[in-house]
Amino acid sequence: MTDSTRLWHYLTRYVDNFLLGGVLLLMLIGLLVLYSATDANLSRVSNQAINMLVALTIMWLVANIPLQHIMRLAVPLYLIGLTLLIGVALFGEIHNGARRWLNIGVTRIQPSELMKLAVPLMMAWYFDKHEVTLRLRDYAVATLLLLLPLFLILRQPDLGTTLLIASSGFYVLFLAGLSWRIIAGLVIAALGSLPVLWSMLHDYQRRRVMTLFDPTQDPLGAGYHTIQSTIAIGSGGVIGKGWQHGTQTHLDFLPEKSTDFIFAVFSEEFGLMGNILLLLLYLVVIGRGMVITANASTQFTRLIAGSITLTFFTYIFVNIGMVVGILPVVGVPLPLISYGGTSMVTMLLGFGILMSIQTHPKLVKT
Amino acid sequence: MRGTVELRNHGRELRHFQLRLAISAGFVLLLFGLLFARFFYLQVSQREHYHTLAEANRISISPIVPNRGLIFDRNGEVLAHNYSAYTLEIIPSKVANLEATINELANVVEIATRDRKRFKKLMGESKQFESLPIRTRLSDVEVARFAANRYRFPGVEIKARLFRQYPKGEGASHVVGYISRINSQDLQQLEASGDSTNYRGSDYIGKIGVEQSYEKELHGITGFEEVETDAAGRAVRVLSRTPPISGNNLKLSLDAKLQEVAEQAFGERRGALVAIDPTSGDVLAFVSKPGFDPNLFVDGIDSENWDLLNNSIDRPLNNRALRGVYPPGSTFKPFMALAGLELKKRTPQYTISDAGFFSLPGSSHRYRDWKVGGHGSVDMHKSLVISCDTYYYGLANDLGIDKIFSFISQFGLGKLTGIDIEGEVSGLLPSQEWKMRRHKQKWYAGDTISVGIGQGYNLTTPLQLAFATAILASNGTAFRPHLVKQVTNSKTGAVRDVVTQPQYTLNFNPENMLRVHNALMDVTRPGGTAARAGAGAAYTFAGKTGTSQVIGMKQGEKYVESKVNERHRDHALFIAYAPAEKPKIALAVLVENGGHGGSAAAPIARLVFDYHLLGKLPAGAAAVTADDEEGAHD
Repeated sequence: MTDSTRLWHYLTRYVDNFLLGGVLLLMLIGLLVLYSATDANLSRVSNQAINMLVALTIMWLVANIPLQHIMRLAVPLYLIGLTLLIGVALFGEIHNGARRWLNIGVTRIQPSELMKLAVPLMMAWYFDKHEVTLRLRDYAVATLLLLLPLFLILRQPDLGTTLLIASSGFYVLFLAGLSWRIIAGLVIAALGSLPVLWSMLHDYQRRRVMTLFDPTQDPLGAGYHTIQSTIAIGSGGVIGKGWQHGTQTHLDFLPEKSTDFIFAVFSEEFGLMGNILLLLLYLVVIGRGMVITANASTQFTRLIAGSITLTFFTYIFVNIGMVVGILPVVGVPLPLISYGGTSMVTMLLGFGILMSIQTHPKLVKT
Repeated sequence: MRGTVELRNHGRELRHFQLRLAISAGFVLLLFGLLFARFFYLQVSQREHYHTLAEANRISISPIVPNRGLIFDRNGEVLAHNYSAYTLEIIPSKVANLEATINELANVVEIATRDRKRFKKLMGESKQFESLPIRTRLSDVEVARFAANRYRFPGVEIKARLFRQYPKGEGASHVVGYISRINSQDLQQLEASGDSTNYRGSDYIGKIGVEQSYEKELHGITGFEEVETDAAGRAVRVLSRTPPISGNNLKLSLDAKLQEVAEQAFGERRGALVAIDPTSGDVLAFVSKPGFDPNLFVDGIDSENWDLLNNSIDRPLNNRALRGVYPPGSTFKPFMALAGLELKKRTPQYTISDAGFFSLPGSSHRYRDWKVGGHGSVDMHKSLVISCDTYYYGLANDLGIDKIFSFISQFGLGKLTGIDIEGEVSGLLPSQEWKMRRHKQKWYAGDTISVGIGQGYNLTTPLQLAFATAILASNGTAFRPHLVKQVTNSKTGAVRDVVTQPQYTLNFNPENMLRVHNALMDVTRPGGTAARAGAGAAYTFAGKTGTSQVIGMKQGEKYVESKVNERHRDHALFIAYAPAEKPKIALAVLVENGGHGGSAAAPIARLVFDYHLLGKLPAGAAAVTADDEEGAHD
């Protein structure tokens, strides 16, 4: 072995090539679409490329950390996150009508972003600790660990993040073997609590939900996004209008076309064929996540890997579902493609954990 | 032992977990399938629908307004043309806060209160998505300043527009008319006639005069442009273009110079003049004084100017030549004389002894001649030259109203001439039938007597009088009078004459015609009622003076001009044609409250003839002298 191959081996030994390949392909598509969505704005595209490099670096770093260390971080991360969330509720800064940010002197941070990983980590840690004697009480405690931050985030308000954290927590519960009877009970309870939840929603959130059922009710307000994005997608047809030739995109009919609605840009320009390709690529990444999950050797790693993988899927489904007009408009980005650094980092942090689970020597219980 | 249990448990747990994971994978596939179904629905099943919506989003069809046809006089002098100027326009539907936007704009270009008021008025009259001018005729500096600030004003744009201009101002204003913004009434008419598509994008329409009556020719055919627009409504590029076809140009039969001579001849006096070429029906001059400046109307007239025009006692907006009705007075006599000869109620030799009045048999009521004591022995020739009333009282009585009506009708009195501008009134040539219909009364013999001298129920417009005179001058050939001579197709250049054939021809005994012509020529010679006006004319000049009463005189009362309120004074009338043996021009002049036809109206005719036949311009602008009592009575 030469020095350079040894170095290469040293650098890549905790990287899962399969996962990395999928991620890089998606990022490449992301940059291409962003180039079109920003009307060939190179500075924004390179900004995003930098975001990606930062996130990839973080992913690599995390992949190199053995799982025991990550597991040890679960409780402190969760507690810090919860404290910060309380801090937000008390002293948070308000932007665009939502109290989500906390000024910690040097910069503003959004603690809810941290909780996207901290909550499933905490729950997985909890289930791992009580693996042997798993009882109903343990599920109740884990649920409480989930509901506490959820309540705080919903109040900010941040429907998108609430939804993502709720689902990541639910996946942990589900994979930990929550009995079907209780799941059914939870579903019924959730349906029953809908009116309560509804009353907690802000007016704009309610409008968004209502608009889902009839976007034409408010064509210039809440319905505008959905109407224009479905027009973009539908008019894309089977093969699309071609890269940089989407009329909805380039004549500014599409709102938020480089962030939450970037899928409409992609779909308008690449059509049904592009959509299928994109879904397949996502499926590859999800599938790899599931393989890693299936191979994971401990309760903690299984639960966290499953949760990360399924949450990744949830991002995709909620975002695309909203853009194609079958889900209400909530602020959920399209993973690896939407413009923005924060969600990119969170996402790749998760993938770093997946890689670490896959590549570090399996812990076998004796 | 314990280890095995745990291990078995562990194994079971693992299988349990893997089942859950498999269920999750199924869940993922199911939901991706749902997304795929949605893609299929949107991009395959409903693709056409969304394609249409996307196209509708981006493509807007904007009309291209054709250039309006130009109006020239018969010699090619411009009477109405277009010039390009920049306007600042707002599309109200694309502006969130109009008031704020206009206030902001006012910092960039000057916007007066008047502009704001006009804009408000336009808003009320038009549709939301129309582009409406807030300022017209921007200066170059203003255009540049707005262009630099354009990004601040979505929904506001600078547009190059064509504006109509009438270089002659008041000159021929009643003929040319004007265009003005399309109002809701015009819109209804356009929709009713099916022309509204062709007026998409047009802001103006002809309101009166030739601009109105030849609207169809002048407007042209609107073109269309398919424009790609962005979400803010800004045009990005042109996709296709159907060019507009300009309106057709009009060549009037009017001679602008002659018109000017005639208008100036009136000075400050009110009245009307219509001059017709009897060989073609070309209207050579068409004056209604006072006039108005049609340019005031193009942008939408402001209230001050409107009040000034509309409330003026002189009624400058009233087209007197077309719509003013006046008793023809003694200008009626040549037609009566011809009727007498043609219907064999009079011979040229037949002579009356005029004592200054006429009475019906068995009545003591005296129909007075204008000359106290009468003219003595009067035959037909003399009756015209000196304008003897008594002769025509008797003639009218002998003819009877039915014959008068049917004969004079042939000259177009009491009927629309069919001139090619709108708003003409028919005047009135009385008949038994009319009186019964209008007044529910039978016709009395006495009614006929005053009709014989052009008074009584008689009402004619100056246009009708000119038309009748032209028929008389051409020995019975009637051409429909027309202001537009030719229409030039803007695309092909083809020229089409509006009138080529006589409308009808009357067959009169040439000898009778000659007697009337001869008598009318003597009217402008020494001893005639228009002798002064005819003095020294280098051509033969036939005419007939007339006076039409504004207020009636009681029996035995004498009309003293100086004692009568100026507005109640008689109207002066004159009909004439020249050269008498082969007339090139026939006209009727009316001077409101001018007094005597011979002194007030005939000199105007002389100036017009001098210019038309000799090319001679009047010595001074106010060449017409004031009233002259002597020899000027009619």
